[in-house]
Amino acid sequence: MSDYEKPSMDLFQPNYDRPEADLFEDTLDKRHRVGRVWKVVFQISTVIGIIALATLILKIFNDTMGYAAIQYKKNPATISTTGKSLEEMSCSELWPILAENVSKNRLRTIEREKILEERTKTECYNLVMFEVAEPTVKKTWPLLASLINYQEIQAYTAEKYPEGDLTFKVWITKSFILSPQSDDPLKAGIKTAILGSLFIILIVIIISFPIGVAAAIYLEEYATQNRINNIIQTNINNLAGVPSIIYGMLGLAVFVRYLEPITSGALFGFSDPTTANGRTILSAGLTLSLLILPVVIINGQEAIRAVPNSLRQASYGMGATKWQTVWSHVLPNALPGILTGTILAVSRAFGETAPLVVVGAATFITFSPESIFSKFTSVPIQIYQWTARPQDAFQNIAAAAIIVLLVLLLVLNATAVFLRNRYSRRW
Amino acid sequence: MNLGIHLDTTVNQTIIEEIKEPDIIHAIEAKDLNVFYGDFLAVREVDLVIQAQKITALIGPSGCGKSTVLRSFNRMNDLIPTARTTGEVLFHGKNIYKEGVDPVEVRKRIGMVFQKPNPFPKSIYENIAWGVHINGFKGSKSDMDNLIEQTLRSAALWDEVKDKLHDSGLSLSGGQQQRLCIARTIAIRPDIILMDEPCSALDPISTLKIEELMRDLSEEYTIIIVTHNMQQAARVSEFTAFFSLTENRAGVLMEYGLTIQLFTNPKNKITEDYITGRFG
Repeated sequence: MSDYEKPSMDLFQPNYDRPEADLFEDTLDKRHRVGRVWKVVFQISTVIGIIALATLILKIFNDTMGYAAIQYKKNPATISTTGKSLEEMSCSELWPILAENVSKNRLRTIEREKILEERTKTECYNLVMFEVAEPTVKKTWPLLASLINYQEIQAYTAEKYPEGDLTFKVWITKSFILSPQSDDPLKAGIKTAILGSLFIILIVIIISFPIGVAAAIYLEEYATQNRINNIIQTNINNLAGVPSIIYGMLGLAVFVRYLEPITSGALFGFSDPTTANGRTILSAGLTLSLLILPVVIINGQEAIRAVPNSLRQASYGMGATKWQTVWSHVLPNALPGILTGTILAVSRAFGETAPLVVVGAATFITFSPESIFSKFTSVPIQIYQWTARPQDAFQNIAAAAIIVLLVLLLVLNATAVFLRNRYSRRW
Repeated sequence: MNLGIHLDTTVNQTIIEEIKEPDIIHAIEAKDLNVFYGDFLAVREVDLVIQAQKITALIGPSGCGKSTVLRSFNRMNDLIPTARTTGEVLFHGKNIYKEGVDPVEVRKRIGMVFQKPNPFPKSIYENIAWGVHINGFKGSKSDMDNLIEQTLRSAALWDEVKDKLHDSGLSLSGGQQQRLCIARTIAIRPDIILMDEPCSALDPISTLKIEELMRDLSEEYTIIIVTHNMQQAARVSEFTAFFSLTENRAGVLMEYGLTIQLFTNPKNKITEDYITGRFG
C-alpha cells in the first residue's frame, strides 16, 4: 500500500558545485523498505490478536447449541393417550396425566408448591416432562459438528441409544437465565449465580468507589512529596499487581474468620441457619473491594492528574481554598475518568474466581440470596463448577453461562464508554 | 528675557516634580524579597514599591524572575512545593508572608490573570458567579445578576455575551476568554490585579482591547503586568521595573521608575541595551 511516488534522486540534479554534496548517501529506498517491513509486523500482530479473540468466541458459541441425544424414562410421544402432542395440551389436560404417573406423595408435594389454577401452561408442560418423561442427556454435540456430521450423529444415536431422541438443543435460553442451580443440566440455571454476582458487585462499588476516590484525592491534592507518602504510593502501585488469590487468603483470614460476628450478621441479629460461618456475600464483597481498591486509587489519581493545572491556578487565584478548588473544579473534571476507571476495575472484580473460591463460595445452592449475610455463589464460580463436571451437558451450560458473563461484562464496559463520552469535557 | 527663561525652567521643574513625586499611595511593597526554588535562588533582594491605581509593568529577559516576583505578590508561589520566600511583601502595611496570614485571604484581595486564558469549563455566568459565591456573597439572585452584568460591563464584554450568558466560557474567542478571566477577577473586588503576560496568547486586536480595558480598570485598581512586549509596557504602564540576570542566574531588579523615563533615558547600561534590542 505505498502511495508515494517511486523516489528517485534523479528528480533533482545534484549540485556538485557544493562541497557537501557527497555527505549524503541515497538511502531513501532503504528507509521506505524498513518502514514497509515494520508496517507488516504491526498488521500481523493485530491479525493474531483478532484470530485469538475470534477463536475464543467461536469456541464458546459452538458449545451453546447443537444436537443432544436425550433418553426418556417414558417417551413423551407415548405419554399422551389422546393423540394430541404434549405441547398442545392445556394445563387442565396435562394434570390428569401427571396425577396418573407420579406417586400420591409426590403429587401432594407438587400441589403444595403451587395449585393447578395458578400454574401456566409451560409450567405444567415442564412438570409433565420432568416428572413423567424424565429426560436425561446422554451425549451432546457442538454446533459445528452438528451441522457437518448430522448423518454420523444420527447413526451413532440410533446404535447406542435406540430409545433416545436426537433433538437440536439451544442451551442458552430464558429459562436457563431464570432458573436456579440444579443437579440436572436440563433444569439447571444461572439465576442464583447472577444474583450473587450482582449483590457482591453492589458491595464492591459501595465500598471501593468512595474510599478509592477519597484516597486518590488525598494522594494527588494534599499529600506532599516526602518519604512516607512515597512509600505509600509505591505500595499502592505494587498492591495492584498482587495475585488475586492472595486477596482471597486475606479475605478468609480477616473477613471470614476474624470478623465473623460481623460478616455472618450475628452481631446484627441475623441468624441464618444456612450461613456457613462468615462465608457470606458481605465477606466476598469486602474481599473483592480490597482487591480492586489499589486499581481504583491509581485510576482516580491518573484522572485527577489529567485535570489541567491552569484550572487549579485560576481557582486559587480567585481566593478559593483547597477544598473549594478540589470540590468545584478538580472533581467534576476528573469524574468521567474516575468513573471509567472504577467501572473497568469493577468488571475485573465481576470476573474474579480464585479469591471467591478461597473465601468460600458455595458450590451448590438452589435458593436466591436474600441479604448480604446469605451464602453466595457467583457466575464465574458457577462456570468453574460446571466445567469440572464430567457430563457433556454441563460443558454446554458452562458455555451458556460464559456467554451470560460476557454479556454482563460488555454492559458494564459499555456503561463506562457511555459515561466517558457523556461527561468528558474539553478545556 | 531672564525672567522668561526662569519661568520656563520653573514650569518644567514643577511638571517633572509632579510626575516624580505624586501623592504616592503604596499598594504593595516588596522588601528584600528573595525567592528560592529548592536550592536555586530565582530572585535576589528585590525592593519594589508599587503605586496604587497605576499600571506597573515588569519587563526583562526570559528567566529573570519577573513572573516569580509577580506571583510572590499573592503567594501563588506557595503552590509550588519547592518554592521558598524570604523577605517581606507589605500589603496595607502588613507582611503577607508573616505567620498567621492566610494565603487564601491574600489572593482574594490580590487577584490574578494568567498567561493563557483559563476560564472554568462552566457557563460564562457561572465563571463569574463561582468566585463571588465562594467568597461569601450575601446578596440575592437578582443582586448576583446585577453584579455579573456590571462586572461584564466593566470588563467590556457585556455587549458581546449578554445573549449567551449560559453558554460555555470556552465557546468564546481567546481575547473574549481573557476578558472573562479579568471579569471574574474584578468581580470579587480585589485591590490589586496581577497579570502574567495576559496578551501573549492573543492576536493584536484582542491585545489592544485588553490594553484599553487595563487603562479603564487602572482608575479603580492597581495593576501589575508582566510582559515580554516592550511596546506594550510603553503603551499601557506608568511605571516600569526592569529585571535582569546576575552571573549565577538569579533575577535582580535593575532599574525602576517612570516608564517614560526608563524608556527614553535609562540610567543603566543593561537597561538601555535591553530596551533598544541589543540584548535579551
